[in-house]
Amino acid sequence: MHRHEKIWLTLSTAMIVGFFLIAGYQTFALEMGPPSHSETIDPQKVDEIEPFDEPGVYEVGENKYEVVMTLQIFSFTPNEIEIPAGSEVTFTMTSKDVTHGFQIAGTNVNAMVMPGYISKITQTFNEPGEYLVLCNEYCGAGHQMMSTTITVK
Amino acid sequence: MGIAKLEDAKSSQSLPITKPESRLYMSFIHVAFISLLIGGLMGLLQTLVRSGKFELPWGIDYYQILTVHGVILGLVLTTYFIIGFHFALMGKTVGISEKQRKVTWLAFWVMVVGTIMTATTILLGEASVLYTFYAPLRAHPAFYIGLALVIIGSWVAGFVNWRQLYVWKKQNPGVKSPLAAFMVTINTLLWFIASLGVAAAVLIQFIPWSLGYAETINVLVSRTLFWYFGHPLVYFWLLPAYMAWYLVIPKIIGGKIFSDSLARMSFVLFLFFSIPVGFHHQLTEPGVDPTWKFIQVVLTFMVVIPSLMTAFSLFATFEITGRKKGYGGLFGWFKHLPWKDVRFLAPFIGMLAFIPGGAGGIINASHQMNAVVHNTIWVTGHFHLTVATTVILTFFGITYWLVPHLTGRKLTPQLNKLGIVQAIIWTVGMTIMSGAMHIVGLFGAPRRSSYSEYGGTEQASEWIGYQLAQAVGGTILFIGILLMIYIFVKLTFFAPKGEEEFPIAEEEEDAEPTPAFFENWKLWIAITIALILFAYTIPFVDIIQNSPPGSKPFDFPIGR
Ligand code: HEM
Ligand SMILES: [Cu+2]
Ligand SMILES: [Cu+2]
Repeated sequence: MHRHEKIWLTLSTAMIVGFFLIAGYQTFALEMGPPSHSETIDPQKVDEIEPFDEPGVYEVGENKYEVVMTLQIFSFTPNEIEIPAGSEVTFTMTSKDVTHGFQIAGTNVNAMVMPGYISKITQTFNEPGEYLVLCNEYCGAGHQMMSTTITVK
Repeated sequence: MGIAKLEDAKSSQSLPITKPESRLYMSFIHVAFISLLIGGLMGLLQTLVRSGKFELPWGIDYYQILTVHGVILGLVLTTYFIIGFHFALMGKTVGISEKQRKVTWLAFWVMVVGTIMTATTILLGEASVLYTFYAPLRAHPAFYIGLALVIIGSWVAGFVNWRQLYVWKKQNPGVKSPLAAFMVTINTLLWFIASLGVAAAVLIQFIPWSLGYAETINVLVSRTLFWYFGHPLVYFWLLPAYMAWYLVIPKIIGGKIFSDSLARMSFVLFLFFSIPVGFHHQLTEPGVDPTWKFIQVVLTFMVVIPSLMTAFSLFATFEITGRKKGYGGLFGWFKHLPWKDVRFLAPFIGMLAFIPGGAGGIINASHQMNAVVHNTIWVTGHFHLTVATTVILTFFGITYWLVPHLTGRKLTPQLNKLGIVQAIIWTVGMTIMSGAMHIVGLFGAPRRSSYSEYGGTEQASEWIGYQLAQAVGGTILFIGILLMIYIFVKLTFFAPKGEEEFPIAEEEEDAEPTPAFFENWKLWIAITIALILFAYTIPFVDIIQNSPPGSKPFDFPIGR
């Protein structure tokens, strides 16, 4: 092997190792990993099973909210959510039909919502304003219409 | 005595390609270029629709044309071109028998029948499920059966390649297999092992379910099998481009292969690390164990190393060649590269595009950073740089010599010039389109979405300017496609008769001999399988054991 090749490969390897050490540290020490909830649910019976029999916004603590949400072709329930600024919101979601995506544009909230699985993702909303929520996994002819908003006041 | 070394096989590097062989190889390439035209038109329409200034006529659905675009460019164009190129390389270096040729025709026709079946269902609006066909959206059964036939046909073609090398090795015992044949064998192995996953999903899950024999489908299993295939798929596209970079480009610039062993090593590493990594497409999915997601992310990073090895050896070739020709100075060798030769220029632009393309890929794979870009149009911008620029421009670069070589014509100076214009148009169009996609993706604009104002929110209104830019870029790109089709037709039917060189570089005279262990295919396959079993067994068993009740099919969302 040439000397320059050795230097190049050493630097490349060091860079790659650096990348995954940082990724690992953030994931496991800072708990910044991507959403990976593992609870399941019968996708044919979502309406009958708690908590999805009553979707809605629930206050679960001081400045803490849980949004229990179903996604279905081509809408979110509940929609047009309002929450006070500074609150920490956990979204608990499942799909009643096909695979959807849940993304809040301009934030890092991005999770797949699949039939049979419960997805959970938490976000603190500090900045007041209107946030666009959209489905980002193709779910059929009206996929582009599947959106709603979260208003932070 | 160190490691056993292999003898060189200079004599068999350049076999003549006969007429019937040419016809076979050209058939694959014809399908690829027809696909380019159809798929390119769909791409143009997509950007126009998304600009908000244009609506599709006759009630055609946006997702129908997007399915055409993804299937025909992502799956059909690439697979056919690659198989044609693989066979040309094998024919040139190890030869093909008449029987092997006949079996390859069989493979070709199986693939064509499959392609037509799938295409028909899409055109009838019975399969607007996009090229990833995620369950539980259900397409017409013929869509899945057609896909299965394409895969099976491609396997037969790959088996013929293996047989070609096997026969050659029998005739040349102890001799090192030609580098080209080695690379083709790696890529067909990669394809075979990877497509077993999607074939299993299609044959065991989708076909019975779409026919109504199975009531429900396991959605997460189907997605996991798809992405077990989906990531190596992109390396199946990329490796032929690397073949051209390692084997062809050195010859075109008047140089030699930098290092035979390094080239083989990088291909072996691609085989190892491109398959056990599919979870990086499922990072935001529920039901997949987070630890195993991370392990696959680490494995994903490993695949960066052979790419960086390739980059090193390419620039080393450029420099060594330039210096040998006597171009001094720090960058003299760079200035004197054959910029006016499109066989060099087009792939070179492809290499440059892989710098931002590869960097973007690292971002996508970076676990938590993935949440910023997952399913945004950033991702579309990313793979239009990698596959639709790096790979496609290299394929165009191959076309400029391969097609005239096969048709017994010549790349004229005039066509060479048109090719240069083509490469520049593509670069400009793609910079605009892909650039706009990357930026607006970071703001959260989604991919796979028809035009929408998203309820008139302020955020979405800021995206529209970028969508207009994509339409401008898309229009320029489509002009580039028309020009490429013109060049292809010229090279196939009208260019003056002559003999165009099939450029394959040789090794340096005093090159280090290649170690014999590179021919140890059993070892490479065993390591590949071990890595796959390591990365997938535990999480896959976990997925199956913790499966929810399956999903019934959904037809109405896609208008069936
Ligand atoms: C005229 C040139 C092209 C234009 C204007 C174009 C445009 C587009 C656009 C706008 C999208 C995204 C649509 C959406 O997500 O809603 C897209 C997706 C895609 N393009 Fe292209 N493209 C072109 C060439 C190519 C080429 C040459 C390839 C492959 C070799 C390719 C492969 C793909 C694939 C695989 C998708 C993903 C489809 C999906 O998400 O289902 N494109 N293209
Ligand atoms: Cu949706
Ligand atoms: Cu990937």
